[in-house]
Amino acid sequence: MSKKIDARGLSCPQPVLLTLEELKRGDEKEIVVLVDTVTSRENVMRAASSKGCRVEGTESEEGGYKVVIRRN
Amino acid sequence: MKNFFATRWGIISVGAFIGVFAALLQKWGNPGNMGICVACFERDIAGAVGLHRAAVVQYLRPEIIGFVIGALIAAYLFKEFRPRAGSAPIVRFVLGVFAMIGALVFLGCPWRAVLRLAGGDGNAIFGILGLIGGVWIGTLFFKGGYNLGPTRSTYASVGWLLPLVMAGFLAFRLIFPPINEQAQNGILFYSLKGPGSMFAPLSVSLGIGAVIGFLAQRSRFCTMGAIRDFILFKQVHLLSGFVSLVIAAFITNWIVGQFHPGFTGQPVAHTMSIWNFGGMVVAGLAFALAGGCPGRQLFMAGEGDGDAAVFVLGMIVGAGFSHNFGLASSPAGVGPHGIAAVIVGLAVCLFIGFTMRKKA
Repeated sequence: MSKKIDARGLSCPQPVLLTLEELKRGDEKEIVVLVDTVTSRENVMRAASSKGCRVEGTESEEGGYKVVIRRN
Repeated sequence: MKNFFATRWGIISVGAFIGVFAALLQKWGNPGNMGICVACFERDIAGAVGLHRAAVVQYLRPEIIGFVIGALIAAYLFKEFRPRAGSAPIVRFVLGVFAMIGALVFLGCPWRAVLRLAGGDGNAIFGILGLIGGVWIGTLFFKGGYNLGPTRSTYASVGWLLPLVMAGFLAFRLIFPPINEQAQNGILFYSLKGPGSMFAPLSVSLGIGAVIGFLAQRSRFCTMGAIRDFILFKQVHLLSGFVSLVIAAFITNWIVGQFHPGFTGQPVAHTMSIWNFGGMVVAGLAFALAGGCPGRQLFMAGEGDGDAAVFVLGMIVGAGFSHNFGLASSPAGVGPHGIAAVIVGLAVCLFIGFTMRKKA
């Protein structure tokens, strides 16, 4: 199962805050974060990898960008 | 494609570039410890178009135009132009107004705060502490769920409006250039003395501004974000760019003989520490609540962010209020109503921070 966070339209630091919150509270193996600017994508990826997660950023089929975060 | 400027070395090199060229712009004609100051330069633009009539701070600063146009070019070149708007624009306007009012009590934006420090102005320390304090209060609101709501994608032309306004300003500057010993040419006002009368040549200011706009768009350089991310996430990414700006400006100042340590007699500065601090608390909080320092707001506006554009217009209008109402400081100290403005500004920012939150 993966948890989806829709942070589209939100500007930083919100997408990063939502992602870190989920990393802290949730227990899903995989978190998918949707954002709509490259800046947010970079920020979310940077924050998640600093928490020791594997991250992958791609274009999203729903518009904007998708960051897939996997816990180690 | 990997964006070099989004890496650690990327942001450090952008900070260094800004530091070196800010110091050099001062050498080439800009005012003391004001090679670049987003707040002061927007204030000078407000003066140039007559929104206030403070005779010593009127000049249509090409650096600001360059920032927006440079960011626009970078955003298009790298397919990052995203026209968007609709996240509480009125709040962003009011935050822009008070950000400017606070910054003009201190006499500088975050960029100038560190440029003043790099030029030896000890009063800047109180401004920087105030900035950190203001941003810290902002992070408490973020943790408490403060959120201005999402933006929506919109017409490309929405994102074009502020760049077009800047192009219009540039046209004004070309049609009505400064004339020696003349306080006005056509619709533009010019300062005959004071900081407004000191400026680098048009092509130099515009060119450096555009390159900085380009690099800052690529690297997301933000001085407020530097402090915010460090406090919120213990992240030093943006902070490393900010620190690199100070060091580069300091070294450049030292080499060209612009480093003069001390507290009194510093250029375009006053020594009332409490209000240097207090002004920047208000400005720092307003930047944090609006999601970017004044420079970053210009770069985001160049990327198509209509809400950032509204913040910029708020700052320009705020400069008008600041000087018309006697809120702005001068080298003699705070303005007659500067202290009241800091208190009102803090109250307005706290009102925004406390009431605009979504509970999960």
